[in-house]
Amino acid sequence: MRGAKSATWVAGAIVVALGATACGGGSSSSSAEAGVVRANWGDPQNPLEPANTNEVLGGKVLDMIFSNLKRYDPKTGEAKNASAESIESKDQQNFTIKVKKGLKFSNGEPVTAQSFVDAWNYGALSTNTQKNSYFFADIEGYDKVAPAEGKPTAKTLSGLKVVDDHTFTVKLNQKLSTWPVRLGYNAFAPLPKMFFDKHDEYLAKPVGNGPYAVESYDKGKQMKLVPNKNFTGENKPQNKGVLLKVYTDSNAAYADLQSGNLDVNDDIPAEQIKNAKSDLKGNYLSQPAGIMQAVTFPLYKAEWNKDGMEKVRKGLSMAIDRKAITDKVYNGTRTPATDLTSPVLGDANGYSKDVCGDTCTYNPAEAKKLIAEGGGIPGGKMTISYNADKDSHKQWVDAVCNSINNVVGDDKACVGNPVGTFGDFRNQITKGEMAMPFRAGWQMDYPQIENFLTPLYATGGASNDAKFSDPKFDELLKQAGAEADTKKATDLYKQAEKVVLDKVVSIPLWYQNGTAGWSEKVSDVHINAFSLPVFTDIKVKS
Amino acid sequence: MPEMTEPVAAAAPQGAAGTDPQPGPANGPDKQAKPRSLWGDAWRDLRRNPIFYISAVLILFLIVISLWPSLLTSTSPYACDLAHSKQGPSAGHPFGFNTQGCDVYARTVYGARASVTVGICTTVLAAVIGCLFGGLAGFFGGWWDSLLSRIGDIFFGIPILLGGIVFLSVIRGGSVFTVVLLMAILGWPQIARIARSAVITAKQQDYVQAARALGAGTPRMLLRHIAPNALAPVIVVATIALGTYISLEATLSFLGVGLKPPTVSWGIDISSAATEIRNAPHMLLYPAGALSLTVLAFIMLGDAVRDALDPKLR
Amino acid sequence: MGRYVIRRLLQMVPVFIGTTFLIFVMVYALGDPVAAMFGDRTPDPATAAQIRESLHLNDPLWSQYLQYMAGIFQGDFGTAFNGTPVAELMGSAFPNTVKLTLVAFAIEVVVGVGLGVVAGLRRGRFVDTGVLVFTLLVISIPTFVTGYLLQYFVGVKLGWAAPAVSVDVRLDELILPGIVLAGVSLAYVARLTRTSIAENIRSDYIRTATAKGLPRRRVVGVHLLRNSLIPVITFLGTDIGALMGGAIVTERIFNIQGVGYQLYQGILRQNSPTVVGFVTILVVVFLAANLIVDLLYAVLDPRIRYA
Repeated sequence: MRGAKSATWVAGAIVVALGATACGGGSSSSSAEAGVVRANWGDPQNPLEPANTNEVLGGKVLDMIFSNLKRYDPKTGEAKNASAESIESKDQQNFTIKVKKGLKFSNGEPVTAQSFVDAWNYGALSTNTQKNSYFFADIEGYDKVAPAEGKPTAKTLSGLKVVDDHTFTVKLNQKLSTWPVRLGYNAFAPLPKMFFDKHDEYLAKPVGNGPYAVESYDKGKQMKLVPNKNFTGENKPQNKGVLLKVYTDSNAAYADLQSGNLDVNDDIPAEQIKNAKSDLKGNYLSQPAGIMQAVTFPLYKAEWNKDGMEKVRKGLSMAIDRKAITDKVYNGTRTPATDLTSPVLGDANGYSKDVCGDTCTYNPAEAKKLIAEGGGIPGGKMTISYNADKDSHKQWVDAVCNSINNVVGDDKACVGNPVGTFGDFRNQITKGEMAMPFRAGWQMDYPQIENFLTPLYATGGASNDAKFSDPKFDELLKQAGAEADTKKATDLYKQAEKVVLDKVVSIPLWYQNGTAGWSEKVSDVHINAFSLPVFTDIKVKS
Repeated sequence: MPEMTEPVAAAAPQGAAGTDPQPGPANGPDKQAKPRSLWGDAWRDLRRNPIFYISAVLILFLIVISLWPSLLTSTSPYACDLAHSKQGPSAGHPFGFNTQGCDVYARTVYGARASVTVGICTTVLAAVIGCLFGGLAGFFGGWWDSLLSRIGDIFFGIPILLGGIVFLSVIRGGSVFTVVLLMAILGWPQIARIARSAVITAKQQDYVQAARALGAGTPRMLLRHIAPNALAPVIVVATIALGTYISLEATLSFLGVGLKPPTVSWGIDISSAATEIRNAPHMLLYPAGALSLTVLAFIMLGDAVRDALDPKLR
Repeated sequence: MGRYVIRRLLQMVPVFIGTTFLIFVMVYALGDPVAAMFGDRTPDPATAAQIRESLHLNDPLWSQYLQYMAGIFQGDFGTAFNGTPVAELMGSAFPNTVKLTLVAFAIEVVVGVGLGVVAGLRRGRFVDTGVLVFTLLVISIPTFVTGYLLQYFVGVKLGWAAPAVSVDVRLDELILPGIVLAGVSLAYVARLTRTSIAENIRSDYIRTATAKGLPRRRVVGVHLLRNSLIPVITFLGTDIGALMGGAIVTERIFNIQGVGYQLYQGILRQNSPTVVGFVTILVVVFLAANLIVDLLYAVLDPRIRYA
């Protein structure tokens, strides 16, 4: 029995060893702490520097630990002064910003005009490799601190001047009346001195001036935030803190929410939406967020830009049954698009219920006619490219293609074209290598129609992936920027939007909803226009 | 590099490998036509085994629907209408509809081609490379073993997902051919290790040592004496691998680096059905069931072939 | 024996260099990683140029590889794009994965060999068919399906186990993911054992041992099992590396921040330090496992010797 016996021993030893480790590692640091909200999180892609964070996971934390000059109202999206006392301009080009007095960072350092100017200069200087540096591109002197070629010739932006402890001035390259709306964005956050002096310490445990302060940060695992004692703003936390738990997959977080190991989950997988209401006993909400999804045409390719193609592009847009797709594939967590912006802007900031008109309305007969009149799909076959590595784009791309195929009466006229990684996908787009339409997603930085137009469609715009160029559109943007009256400026932007829609540069598909589910332990869960939970409002039942 | 000791005692040949000759089958590896061979015996045995016939019929059926899917369905796998999304079975649509509102029955029938091709081609390719490398490494030992085994180790280190993404993005792959190539390149070292160990074990069986002592040449030794006895573990691993290759294609699709549309495959359908399991289990049941049936057919075939090759069973 | 081990250890050097270089080339072939860092926005040219410079992306491939290897020999595995040193990532990921692998491996060995022995001894009977059906199920349902199913039914509905692993990565939480991860390998082990047992049970030495009047348990436990294990152990050896690196899907479903998950992130973000660093360790584990298996051959079958 020697063999069998030793096998038994080995198995026994393994079991004992496993058991021992199990007991040893029993310190349950993730169990519920009274008054603390446990929320889902993912590993941020970049270090938690405000000007270096361009995705929602890092944004979630920055939102909690920084209070910027402006703050977007979670309900209306309106940009209100937060750390700013006032932001004034006479000519829409020179701005005077007064910072509220007596503000402090969580480590006790005062928040001054210098805190903002230093932070912005740091964010703009190209050698600091901050990914949001282009946000400072409108400030005078950006071409010196971040020249497209070669080394920077200046360390600071010449357009920024500190007047006194609580006042500084900003000079822009050109008139831009809506510029102050941007100042609620994280890239414009103030930074404490320790950010520059003890950078490693900052990265290990970021310090800000917002409603929460970081208590501990276990990279890749979790972050514990507690109310910032030095915070004096309106939105004081209604709970004793937030525990952000990193999840590898949204289904895992959802399972944990159902099992009571998680309190707030703002990333409910689309295929669970149908069950979410019953699983969560009604503790669930879904509302439009500032995310717009579209299919963009490569207008730099002659076959998509020649005469008559406007009709084909419009026909393709009309061939898509947005209502059916948002209902069946997304269970209503997308809202069919009627313009190029997002409902969260409201009428005041440029959202429109009808500007897209019949282009965005499903009409198979008319669509088929238009596509035929325009000369048909180039080559008779088209693909829609998407990155296959995340967000299950496959489902909607297949649905859009099926919708088009049913209209043109050809099973294989349109097929999806998955690209392995997001990086490869973006590289093909930025290098202008796309020969066929591709998916486009735009998550707003600030709730203003201008953010949905200038970067995407202005000649040479930073994210003008279609390489669209239209002098009339550019002229309207310029006029709107110089217009002091916000309402008139918004109207001018809307006219510009109409130009893009008439040319069907891209097919507006739908607005993405923010979703959230929560446990019975918490109440007052809302999500803001950026689809993030408003953590300060959440109350924990005792 | 394992070196074998000389045999303790050169016993008389055991198991009648190649002792009383008869004409081998046309694909018999031994070109000097002997009147009766082990392979001939095996073939005869196989023809008497009912399991062989069941599996052969199943495999034949799979091959036929792979070639002519329209024999079994007149519905197009591409005719999809969201109005039917996730509907269960109904008249004319026995398997129901998937998320896109496509007919699951038609997609299961049409999916056979890509899936069966991926399964069979990958297995054959990986087994041929694996047996060649593993067999030679095990048989010759020494430097051969070091070189061939270490080459295998290098490939074993590559994560399949990295390989998949590289294939999909650099080679702009996504066709059945590239997926087969990728999985075979990353899959052969496993079969090579198994083949090597089997050859090492078989090599020092008494009858092999005896054959060597009687002056049998290397190719003859390998094909006549070692191969039949070393094949069993390789067949077992290869038949299971065939199934795992088909479902690995599903995993690659799940991670977004498998076959590209408009190819229809069980893998693609299984991967898109997986997350809908609570809402529409029928979407998963049928393609996964078809996959099971295929694996079953090949495992049974493998068992039958293995039994036929085992001289101790005669 | 000792010389053989030393020779094998020396052979690891070229394999190590070969694999790391191959992986390096593959990640390099994926193209410029900078565009992906900027989301749906075209990178600012100045910033992008600076990032490329700081990552040495403008240097030729061989030079990047040499710089990287030079770093490794000084204990510097480079930095992931989010600023975390890769060594730190490995320090937190490997313990989790090792635990998961141990659990899966134990399940695989105990259940796999057990089922295989039972099926092999009762070849063609009901039990054998039962094991066949079970292995069929395991093979034909991909890991992500079993993963989601078990997570939902066992974790959420029945509440027998945590549906997602917590930051402490306790072993009781790892049983569910361990079962999912072990699944397919378990099928291999069971079928390999079954075939091997079925083949050897008709051997002369078993007949002799039975004829000598040895108790059946001893015949099966010592003579039969020992002689049937070579293919099984070979498979287990190749599998341990695969389990550690191939847990991408399982780790993602069950929220385990392990090697597979980090590797997946590294590949998607085209971060060669992460990918090469993790694969390097995996290759070492894999080579060591193979060496141990080769040495075990000699233990299981005394006729095999190493010079």
